[in-house]
Amino acid sequence: MRMNNSSKMNLKQSFNHWKKEKYDKALEKAFAKKNEYTTISGKKIKELYTPLDLDGFDYLKQLGFPGDYPYTRGIHPTMYRGRLWTMRQFSGFGTAEDTNKRYKYLLSHGQTGLSVAFHLPTLMGVDSDHPLAHGEIGKCGVAVDSLADMEILFEGIPLDKISTSMTINAPAAVLWAMYIAVAEKQGVSPKVISGTIQNDILKEYIAQKTFIFPPKPSMKLIVDTFEYGSKDVPKWNTISISGYHIREAGSTAVQELAFTLRDGIEYVEWALERGLDIQEFVPRLSFFFNAHNDFFEEIAKFRAARKIWAEVMKERFGANNQRVEWLRFHTQTSGVSLMAQQPYNNVVRVAIQALAAVLGGSQSIHTNSLDETYALPSEEAVTIALRTQQIIAHESGVINCIDPLGGSYFVEKLTSEMDKDAKEYIRKIDDMGGMVKAIELGFPQKEIADSAYLYQKAVEKIEKIIVGVNAFEMEQEPIPILKINETVTKQQLARLREVKKTRNNAQVREKLHNLKKAASDKQNLMPYILICVKTYATLGEIMDSLREVYGEYQEPTTY
Amino acid sequence: MTGEKIRVLIAKPGLDGHDRGAKVICRSLRDAGYEVIYTGLRRTPDEIVSAAIQEDADVLGLSILSGAHNVLFPKIMNLLKEKGVDDITVIVGGIIPDKDIHFLEKIGISKIFLPGSSTKEIVEWIKENVRKDPNE
Repeated sequence: MRMNNSSKMNLKQSFNHWKKEKYDKALEKAFAKKNEYTTISGKKIKELYTPLDLDGFDYLKQLGFPGDYPYTRGIHPTMYRGRLWTMRQFSGFGTAEDTNKRYKYLLSHGQTGLSVAFHLPTLMGVDSDHPLAHGEIGKCGVAVDSLADMEILFEGIPLDKISTSMTINAPAAVLWAMYIAVAEKQGVSPKVISGTIQNDILKEYIAQKTFIFPPKPSMKLIVDTFEYGSKDVPKWNTISISGYHIREAGSTAVQELAFTLRDGIEYVEWALERGLDIQEFVPRLSFFFNAHNDFFEEIAKFRAARKIWAEVMKERFGANNQRVEWLRFHTQTSGVSLMAQQPYNNVVRVAIQALAAVLGGSQSIHTNSLDETYALPSEEAVTIALRTQQIIAHESGVINCIDPLGGSYFVEKLTSEMDKDAKEYIRKIDDMGGMVKAIELGFPQKEIADSAYLYQKAVEKIEKIIVGVNAFEMEQEPIPILKINETVTKQQLARLREVKKTRNNAQVREKLHNLKKAASDKQNLMPYILICVKTYATLGEIMDSLREVYGEYQEPTTY
Repeated sequence: MTGEKIRVLIAKPGLDGHDRGAKVICRSLRDAGYEVIYTGLRRTPDEIVSAAIQEDADVLGLSILSGAHNVLFPKIMNLLKEKGVDDITVIVGGIIPDKDIHFLEKIGISKIFLPGSSTKEIVEWIKENVRKDPNE
């Protein structure tokens, strides 16, 4: 927006007049005024935005058209007119049989992609018979110890037709290998299967904390999957670079944006170091963001994310191809924003957050269920969550026009401030020598812990209101929640024993030995892992072989 | 009360990595003047009980969100009993379904702070209930 000096002067005068004579005077008499209006991240927001806030704004440079650099308005020229986002509910509990049933239920109700939640022992790379698994089997996700479980998990689901996302990080290569092996057993070539493994270890050290190995071997293993995927499983997203967990751990919106994109830069640098071709591996990088409560701040975050990533790829890495510049992302509504008090209110929170995800241009969305502060969702609760997306898509009309908030003085100003503030963080981490260094220094961890603490204090001082928690409280009846059947542990342990008894154990030992040797020789481990899983070597056995070579990460216990 | 600061050990049993709450509690208790030790993630019941004894804790605060509380907490309480410890107050914070509360109280957990509890409530509860002089 370019204004000549006289129209700018005019507007400024009119604005100042309005502010002093109308707004300030009315506010003085207002009943419910606050001293300061801030976003949930603590960012100050002005009372009104006008063309004065966008002085010097260059449409083509800052926004462009949908599908055009820098993709602020969306990566596709048609956005949701061409294709709706994928409705992908993250799901998994109990045994593989239990979860397989849930998947078939969701698919029959209009869900368009699968997303696997594994139980904590799987996330930590231990089998169900490990002492640390005690009490955890099938609780926070589905129990998968070996290929035998994975076969049951996808029984009757055609892997050439459905895309699957797997939330798995430290042991991602192993679970991916199991999926490839199941596809092959179904007669489906790895060349045609599609989906995503989260495989983002940096945010584990920063926020979610399901790490196993130290950073360097972990990064090596991830680059192995990039290399293997770009040749052998070309339709697979080999990473989902995640801000979701960073935000859940308490970061602000800007910190989520900046740390996630800087993680992305780190992965690209490590892959280039290996000699991978940017045109081959970067198109398979995907992202994953949080949709939190503050509606406009979130929309600005998504828009800024696309712009910054496109600029980074072009200016920093010299990309000149849109598949390399595109930031494609999944969004999940904010788990931490859900409240145990008056849980039905969560349906409303989720709807607002999901709307922000849509207006921000997400490629796929997970909506949380109302009962998730208590347990994994019941079938009724997850159905409402899915219906929420369907109502936004088919009833609200927001998909009719691409990037409908583009050009709003407020949203554009917020987007460019988000852009500027995130780049400052990225520069700071560059100066530290990159993200692995910054993590070793504890920098992002400390920033997040500080933000979490400040937010908690603001809630306790009632500077931030949470409906049903620090305002509008009332007594409530408990809601029905999903209970994991006590027989799950027994069933899972029985299957694991059976697998270990019936497989060729000499062959398993030999393949595990080969894997260990390849790890010491710094070879790409994917082919070795694939061979191991096909012999029904368990996840725990495979990870133990690698633990012997790589060691385990101990995080400093600061707070 | 003796003149020494109350010592609180915040421990995270279970496999989950959700440490946002535990860390906020640690800072709040420290700011309130308590001596705070944090175990870090994924500690076994054995490790937690040994740490509580070694650190001479007055309060053991357990933070868990994985759903394994009904298995892990009885283990911790039994280990404390086995080692003859009766002067450590055990409190809990995290996602605990209503139906499990009675069981956890029965095995000797003194207080359960559910989602939405404020840090002030926790600070006050410890002040009111821990290391009270019986003659007071």
